[in-house]
Amino acid sequence: MTTKVKAAIIGSGNIGTDLLYKALRSDVIEPVWMVGIDPESEGLKRAKEFGLKTTYEGVKGLEPHIEADKVQIAWDATSAYVHQSNNDLVAKYGVRMIDLTPAAIGPFCVPPVNLREMVGRSEQNVNMVTCGGQATIPMVASVSRVQPVEYGEIIATVSSKSAGPGTRRNIDEFTRTTARGVEVVGGAKRGKAIIIINPAEPPLIMRDTIHCLTVDTPKQEEIIESARQMVEEVQKYVPGYTLKNGPVFDGNRVSFFMEVEGLGDFLPKYAGNLDIMTAAGLRTAELIAEEIQRAEAA
Amino acid sequence: MNLEGKKVTLHDMSLRDGMHPQRHQLTAAQMVEVATALDAAGVPLIEVTHGDGLGGASVNYGFPAASDEEYLRAVVPKMNNAKISALLIPGIGTVDHLRMAHDCGVHTIRVATHCTEADVSEQHIVLGAKMEMDTVGFLMMAHMISPDALLEQAQLMQGYGANCLYITDSAGYMLPDDVTSRVGRLREKLDPDVEVGFHGHHNLHMGIANSLAAIEAGADRVDGSVAGMGAGAGNTPLEAFVAVLHRMGVETGIDMWKLMDVAEDIVYPMMTHKVRADRDSLTLGYAGVYSSFLLHAKRAADKYGLKSTDILVELGRLKTVGGQEDMIEDVALDMKKAGAAE
Repeated sequence: MTTKVKAAIIGSGNIGTDLLYKALRSDVIEPVWMVGIDPESEGLKRAKEFGLKTTYEGVKGLEPHIEADKVQIAWDATSAYVHQSNNDLVAKYGVRMIDLTPAAIGPFCVPPVNLREMVGRSEQNVNMVTCGGQATIPMVASVSRVQPVEYGEIIATVSSKSAGPGTRRNIDEFTRTTARGVEVVGGAKRGKAIIIINPAEPPLIMRDTIHCLTVDTPKQEEIIESARQMVEEVQKYVPGYTLKNGPVFDGNRVSFFMEVEGLGDFLPKYAGNLDIMTAAGLRTAELIAEEIQRAEAA
Repeated sequence: MNLEGKKVTLHDMSLRDGMHPQRHQLTAAQMVEVATALDAAGVPLIEVTHGDGLGGASVNYGFPAASDEEYLRAVVPKMNNAKISALLIPGIGTVDHLRMAHDCGVHTIRVATHCTEADVSEQHIVLGAKMEMDTVGFLMMAHMISPDALLEQAQLMQGYGANCLYITDSAGYMLPDDVTSRVGRLREKLDPDVEVGFHGHHNLHMGIANSLAAIEAGADRVDGSVAGMGAGAGNTPLEAFVAVLHRMGVETGIDMWKLMDVAEDIVYPMMTHKVRADRDSLTLGYAGVYSSFLLHAKRAADKYGLKSTDILVELGRLKTVGGQEDMIEDVALDMKKAGAAE
């Protein structure tokens, strides 16, 4: 029986807490530290109740314990502005980082599309793009692996309640980073991303529309099958990932209409946008952990 | 109503909101023709961009005949007195587009958000103000929340540096009392040197009545569109509004006779879709639905054998907001499935 790989969660807000709930169920990872910056943080209190060690002094507070507690994996669920310095600090100790902020200093990782490739390259830092990217890039890739995609466009609609202050203050980061992910990971020659925030009550479940313009006439049968397989892959870690309508074929346009319902661990079910980030972040960490276990066994 | 002696800045929307009925296909040459004629008629401010603002070019909203930059570089240098504005909806356009527009000589940047989401506009308003542009906050679908809730959002934008705040009736749903209470609340509570504006749609034919209510409640700027060319049943028809304002003794600085000629001789003949309060536009106004959905809903209805009014009512029931054009085909597919199941 191999021992679980120890991990730290940096950021004790909603994302960090939801990630904690999920990580506690993992067979290969054991979350041991939760890092915050506010002594009053609810997230830190909750982590302590679950038996984690906590610090409210940021990554500096974690640093003296990284080696002693054998922390080998960290997630950063803080903000793009502090990610670089968080990463620099833990990287000194060989900690593998999964970046849930839009900082994107490491390569993009969208699990069903390129996770194995990322892990195979032993990247120290991988970035999870954006929530909209996690929800849509797999579908762009499901078309681009069948035939060349000239242009990929995604429209992500999230409920007001699930769009945090960080996203709001830097909404351009979302559109830019997601568009780049549609190109780099999705395989579209050109990418565009649009985000809409809707305040309806009760809050709406995350919706995503994906349009691909193919170079040649869409190979309908192959795309339908490829998309079906891709949806299944995502459902392995986000069971509420659903193709509601489509694919619609209209000339060279291929469109998918998705709904993303979360697991409702800590965040409400409508916040599928946040759930898909934490679920993808955990899935990525688990593959890295397995690789670490294999290396240690060898 | 006595508006004698008041002054108002009128802002023409035909080359931006009018892009919706034109399916964003106005050419740069057409834009130059209309804008120079409006300039000659004394219209002080003219908006030019894709209908959904800077960066709107997309499958979702439609690809335009030319890029925002091509339109702006064609129009701006041809203006003698008029200034050019551009719309930017955060989530669609970015600060990169804003910098481009500024570089093209755009004078006024209007940063638009859904009325409850003003805090997504911070980076754009801050940059607009920093570049010393006339920086406007534009609260869309303003019928959906109360005057006090709007004020709270307007104050956020004012705090970021906006020098003018708009009540935007994107659905053409408001009645004059709705306008009075909203514009009045902003005028009463915003800083005195911050202007207040109103943008109407003519879906219930209330564009002029609502705009008059806005001026009475203290609006400094009012949007309209020559020949009414805008989304839904269009914007407040500018030439008719100017005629009314001049009868009432309001100063606009516009030559009404020249403006009528622009409408009649240039813009009407350009229209590929006749902008009027047809049943779909009336439905938008009645159900409180974003006006730009109009042609998308008509297309989806044709494609899937549905009634466009049914699609629009359903979009209203789902509380969709501006920009959710992608919901239209999705809703149509749902309705078709439900119909087939019956």
